[in-house]
Amino acid sequence: MSLTLEQVRRVAHLARIEISDVEAHRTLGHLNEIFALIEEMQAVDTQGIGPMAHAQDVAQRLRADLVTESDQLAQRAAFQAIAPETEGGLYLVPKVIE
Amino acid sequence: MIECSLQAMATALANKEISSVELTHLYLDRIARYNPRLNAYITVDPARSLAQARAADERLARGEGGPLTGIPIAHKDIFCAKDWLTTCGSKMLSNFVSPYDAAVIARFQTAGAVMLGKTNMDEFAMGSSNETSFYGPVHNPWDSSCVPGGSSGGSAASVAARLAPAATGTDTGGSIRQPAALCNLTGMKPTYGVISRYGMVAFASSLDQAGPLGRSAADCATLLNTMAGFDERDSTSLDRPAEDYSREINGASTAKPLAGLKIGLPEEFFGDGCSPEVMQLVEAAIGEYRQLGAETVAINLPSMGLSVAAYYVIAPAEASSNLARFDGVRYGYRAPAYQDLNDMYCKSRAQGFGDEVKRRILIGTYVLSHGYYDAYYLQAQRIRRLIANDFARAFQKCDVIIGPTSPSTAFKLGEKAADPVQMYLSDIYTIAVNLAGLPGISIPCGFAGGLPAGLQLIGNYFAEARLLNIAHRYQQANAWHLQRPDGFD
Repeated sequence: MSLTLEQVRRVAHLARIEISDVEAHRTLGHLNEIFALIEEMQAVDTQGIGPMAHAQDVAQRLRADLVTESDQLAQRAAFQAIAPETEGGLYLVPKVIE
Repeated sequence: MIECSLQAMATALANKEISSVELTHLYLDRIARYNPRLNAYITVDPARSLAQARAADERLARGEGGPLTGIPIAHKDIFCAKDWLTTCGSKMLSNFVSPYDAAVIARFQTAGAVMLGKTNMDEFAMGSSNETSFYGPVHNPWDSSCVPGGSSGGSAASVAARLAPAATGTDTGGSIRQPAALCNLTGMKPTYGVISRYGMVAFASSLDQAGPLGRSAADCATLLNTMAGFDERDSTSLDRPAEDYSREINGASTAKPLAGLKIGLPEEFFGDGCSPEVMQLVEAAIGEYRQLGAETVAINLPSMGLSVAAYYVIAPAEASSNLARFDGVRYGYRAPAYQDLNDMYCKSRAQGFGDEVKRRILIGTYVLSHGYYDAYYLQAQRIRRLIANDFARAFQKCDVIIGPTSPSTAFKLGEKAADPVQMYLSDIYTIAVNLAGLPGISIPCGFAGGLPAGLQLIGNYFAEARLLNIAHRYQQANAWHLQRPDGFD
């Protein structure tokens, strides 16, 4: 299997990573080498083998849906102090709806 | 003092032969002197470390010290530490001052350990050479033209050059064991779920596991005693009774301490893939194990050859999902100029991530995209099951599996940087252990051309104490692990 330049651009778009033509060409070469390695898998017959998502077969732990932070305003301030742009406790982003 | 075991340091601190402030100063001075040559640390904050040392001294004076109270420890820059810059080796987090502590950091704080600094690493732990770091490569203390391994390369270089008594690392496909091998250290990846991943920047969540990097198995056991434990904030943390990982090490020593131990030698580890010099040292180490009373048995791990292929589907798939959070909105890097929201995402991510991280995000996005999921992700997970089954069968015939950690000694800086596939293959012996979720440890087993080689020991689930003891008995019988590189007096 070989990827096309168009597929690299498409995947970069899905991943929200801007990619120049030069980078797309270089990436295409690397990805095709990596996929050549990955393709070894395809020859293996895995019929009847259950997929293994995790090393330990344990059930998902659940917790009560409760607010657990004690000082929520201070927590918010601490976490927003490192944000690129905030205002009145909200994260600012470029306008989405005209 | 820099050659003392952690236990001997704790004794010296308890007996007031040295204070934590003095011990911390000793290492800070060494960092100031030698780190420019190694680039092992990203952040050092002497004032903050010394404040912790003073607090530790007060605690010691009250007679309330534990095994790590007052001992300086270096932490891989993947662990969030409150009010410390936590970069994960990336431009994306080059401005990220963490508002909270990772579980591992908090456990060391509770133990009274001193945080010596944050160590360099491959960007988002993606690499085997420490060359993908935004903060530049780390140099191997044994040969500065060589890589220290990765991704925990800064932690490994710092301990090898005695710029820290011990350090933490993380291991997704070999990132503790491979740098340990390349820097003459003991490094352990515990069973998946033994150490909390809370506050550890996520790469591939079903594989990521923290662990200790030290100068001996005994030191690693001491560190693991502090690091391990259930944490409800990590959904995959295992709720098991606490155990003392030093308990077997502390057992009586006899002439044949490993009598009856069955060592499995997988045919797949002893083929063409490994350099002859490393293989010779591994064979010699197996000979020493026989002297200690162990028997060897031939085993097979037939699906192991597929582990690199399966890993480079599963790890990038999980990474593409985990790294979607870096969007320039809530924290981390935001591009200085953009047109609209989508453009802000695309430019922030294009500028904030390095090449290897982007490559893996693209692979992951592709294998998870519509129409390809079954052929890649599901197939990789089925192969993961085959690999785990191989180990399960092998452990019916043996107690521990032994082979090389890395197919070669440290390679040259730049040697594999332009060829991702060659770089990926340097983890060929370690990746299967992560896929199966088993514990593994790398210990020094000699030198080839002046560079250290590592012996890998793989145990069954939760066999950490036993693995550490098997490593310890070998270290009682020889002195490879005590060797220190020249030029760091």
